[in-house]
Amino acid sequence: MSSLLSLKFRRAGILSCVLFFVAVLLVACGGSPWNDPYPEQDDKQAVLYMSFAERPKHLDPAVAYSENEYAFIAQIYEPPLQYHYLKRPYELTPLTAARLPEIIYYDKEGQKLGQDAEAKDIAYSDYLLEIKPGIRFQPHPAFAQDKAGVYRYHRLDKAVVDALATVGDFAETATRELTAEDYVYQIKRLAYPKTQSPIAEIMKGYIVGFDDFAKQSADKPKDALRALPMAGALALDRYHYRIRIKGKYPQFSYWLAMPFFAPMPWEADAFYDQPGFGDKNITLDWYPVGTGPYYLAENNPNRRMMMFKNPNFHPEAYPSEGEAGDAEKGLLKDAGKALPFIDKVVVTLEKETIPNWSKFLQGYYDSSGIASDSFDQAVQFTGGGVMLTDSLREKGIRLHTSVETSIFYMGFNMLDVTVGGDSEKARKLRQAIAIAIDYEEFIAIFRNERGVPAQGAIPPGIFGNEEGEAGINPYVYDWVGGKPQRKSIDAARKLVAEAGYPNGVDPKTGEPLILYFDTTATSVDDKPLMNWYRKQFQKLGLQLVIRATDYNRFQQKMSAGNAQIYVWGWNADYPDPENFFSLLYGPNGKVKYSGENAGNYQNAEFDRLFEQMRNMENGEPRLQIIRQMQEVVRRDAPWVFGFHPKTFSLYHGWASNLKPNLMANNRLKYIRIDPIKRAELRRQWNRPVLWPLAVAGALCVLLFAPAVSAYRRRTHRPLPEALAIKTEAPR
Amino acid sequence: MIYYIIRRLLYAFPILLGINILTFVLFFVVNSPDDMARMQLGQKHVTPQAIANWKHQHGYDLPTLWNEEAEGGGKVTETIFYQKSVGLFLFRFGVSDSGRNIGADIQQRMWPSLALALPSLIVGLLMNIGFALLMVLFRGSYLEFGGLVLCVVLMSVSSLFYIIGGQFMIGKLLRLVPISGYDEGLGAFKFLILPVLIGVFSGIGSGVRWYRTLFLEEVGKDYVRTARAKGLSETRTLFKHVLPNAMIPILTGVVVVLPLLFMGSLIMESFFSIPGLGSYTIDAINSQDFAMVRAMVFLGSILYVLGLLLTDISYTLVDPRVRLS
Repeated sequence: MSSLLSLKFRRAGILSCVLFFVAVLLVACGGSPWNDPYPEQDDKQAVLYMSFAERPKHLDPAVAYSENEYAFIAQIYEPPLQYHYLKRPYELTPLTAARLPEIIYYDKEGQKLGQDAEAKDIAYSDYLLEIKPGIRFQPHPAFAQDKAGVYRYHRLDKAVVDALATVGDFAETATRELTAEDYVYQIKRLAYPKTQSPIAEIMKGYIVGFDDFAKQSADKPKDALRALPMAGALALDRYHYRIRIKGKYPQFSYWLAMPFFAPMPWEADAFYDQPGFGDKNITLDWYPVGTGPYYLAENNPNRRMMMFKNPNFHPEAYPSEGEAGDAEKGLLKDAGKALPFIDKVVVTLEKETIPNWSKFLQGYYDSSGIASDSFDQAVQFTGGGVMLTDSLREKGIRLHTSVETSIFYMGFNMLDVTVGGDSEKARKLRQAIAIAIDYEEFIAIFRNERGVPAQGAIPPGIFGNEEGEAGINPYVYDWVGGKPQRKSIDAARKLVAEAGYPNGVDPKTGEPLILYFDTTATSVDDKPLMNWYRKQFQKLGLQLVIRATDYNRFQQKMSAGNAQIYVWGWNADYPDPENFFSLLYGPNGKVKYSGENAGNYQNAEFDRLFEQMRNMENGEPRLQIIRQMQEVVRRDAPWVFGFHPKTFSLYHGWASNLKPNLMANNRLKYIRIDPIKRAELRRQWNRPVLWPLAVAGALCVLLFAPAVSAYRRRTHRPLPEALAIKTEAPR
Repeated sequence: MIYYIIRRLLYAFPILLGINILTFVLFFVVNSPDDMARMQLGQKHVTPQAIANWKHQHGYDLPTLWNEEAEGGGKVTETIFYQKSVGLFLFRFGVSDSGRNIGADIQQRMWPSLALALPSLIVGLLMNIGFALLMVLFRGSYLEFGGLVLCVVLMSVSSLFYIIGGQFMIGKLLRLVPISGYDEGLGAFKFLILPVLIGVFSGIGSGVRWYRTLFLEEVGKDYVRTARAKGLSETRTLFKHVLPNAMIPILTGVVVVLPLLFMGSLIMESFFSIPGLGSYTIDAINSQDFAMVRAMVFLGSILYVLGLLLTDISYTLVDPRVRLS
């Protein structure tokens, strides 16, 4: 019986092995590689594959304000203006608007003023916008109507809603033309308190009637917004609308390029605000409704989000001009061709950098950043600058670097008695610290060289930033041999002594002067950085005490003015120096006015120059004022100007029309993919390797064979032999 | 038995209420509504008015546990605790602070967690029991000794190493399966092979040693000697006699974790991009989303209570001497 059983098992085992190898052969001869995470039918489609690390919290353009959210909504919603994809410095061009807005100034009597009117005479400015006719929204059930013109899905029964899972479950979709009223409705949504727009408080100070509208609409339902008027936002006719701004605020045009001012059809709110939709997460915050080149077809923020080409997208062509060198780089090859070039965008959640990097190298993501742990694998620094390693170059991967329109700085709380104030003593102490903190070393150690030391408040690419000797901070750098060189530590020590702390010693205590660094860097990984900061202060004989707290306690300290020294950063809302200098403007002080001037810096001369500069057009006169402002803040040193981060982005060779654009978030429509080349390279790079499995199997057999053999000998021993062994007397 | 079950379920009520209160107190000792508003509103242009508006819209401008200014029952009902926590007992998880329906999110995310956890459990169980039985079968031989050493080595290695190493070896070098990702339905199979293998492999060391100990305890007993004396082969003895008797502790150990399979594994799901519940709680804590935190703590507590109850019931199924009263 047992021999029969073992024979059956042996046959079953052999059959399984044969079937397994046949299956392996069949699959190996198939189409896509075994490790392809995407469906085979998408192989030769114009699909862009990307990843995201953190799921977006909001996709409502009135609420979304972070980069990972803009990555999606900027492809779906279209404000009236956009940034030119190729031209530098960044300039605004019309998107859904027929042209740039006409701006008309009025005095307080309502009399029109000329374009050269003084800012102090301007009571308000009218922005007149004309929308291109014929632009249509994406297909969406919110627009679907029956033959009588009644909206099919605006008043659904509970039973119908209970059966829904996603917005794709509706049988019918429709569209309509974009009108000026849609833009006005969105501005009302910004003011509506229940929307909780992050820019509501800012716009209260600019848009006429914004605050009044907020108060009037506070206790009204959302469907009352359309009928409620706002003085500062008015549709003049089907394609024209007007926004009225208090005083003169030329930077408002930049806001018109942000999704906050994209159009919103009232039908979307009426559709999504029905009872029961929220319980299914079918909300406007998760299923946008726009006129852009793409619409969000699948939204599973825990897994992936997919955008499909909007079939109703209005005609838009690839730019025909750029800046010098663009044509040589091939960036004008598609000039005049209809956008977008990609049919589908698949964005997958990858929380960890290791699988993200591996899949990029396998060709399953078309672009990637470079995490710190893969930096050496990707990039090397040579005499000629930064370049890719051989292994990446062989794959045809390209590296794009760009300096971000951001700044990270170390700030001093100017209300503090030791480091703050405008006394000469405190100023020299701050200047000394600015010299001692070696940001070149910081960038090399902690940023893998991904940054440039900051010379002032304005990052590169923004008007007011100057290269070369004219642009250096003369209180921290000397111009030596054609480049900035940090002043010596002796110069800093001299300043500390002049500040009243010879060798860093506080004469009152006879001990090193203690300074407090307030930070949110509380993890073990931050220890090297904190030690580095301590070392920088020790160069001057100062003792830096780290006060690490969580983010909320830190914010409370900053709001209350209890921090002494801190690190902060700012990313440009728009490419104008006003956005950065406002961080140093006195009436924006954090403690007194809850503004963004985190250091509570106040300098009458700076404030006066700021008020003059902010309303000026770019040009030589404005540049002169900016230079004076830079001189003031460099001398006063309320900040140690840290660095401007540098982005390193990698792209595979099958992607083209790529140019870093740090202001435009709607870049995807310009990108072109060669899917045939991609599919071929993926197959080359991802052939499965099977021989280790065979080796492992053979090793297992070799390992077990002796034991199995010994066991079989033991159990198949004749009985007399077994009994004979057992009956032997123990010695 | 039915009365026992009803009684146990009723005991769960005060336990869950206590957990609710404790979660609430712990959360609000560490975070204030102002802190929660700041986390949601972002880093730019966050004014006191914006914070006040956010708190009002989300109902966090009420007193936490007792409302002095309200009248009658309002002193209790018009508080953050009542508004946010009491609905849990009706399984109304509400809406997260970022506006998503928590119940819908849990329903959507628990299935991928289960799709990973259940095969890992079953395959792991089979492998652990199989290898443990093999070691008992070959006890005293080089195989058993080698196996023990290997188990200790496997136990000493961090599971994170297995994940990264497994992705590197099998996904990157051998290119046999996708490194990470997920798909619906049968398409999930190829994405789950690697995490299931790694989950099983990382648990083999401790699992085999544990089950081996259970089997060795049984192997020395009289009924096993009797079975051998009757002339049964070693394999038949192990499978027909030793294994069923050793199943009692095995079964009870498995049943208690069954309900918790829904909660997912944070690290596995994170590295393999599986859209499960594993990271849901951690994301909630990091974003200081009280609505999500309290829902997940409540859900975890209920599932644990259920697991313990199922364990007690399973005792009666596998051991006829046990009666619930």
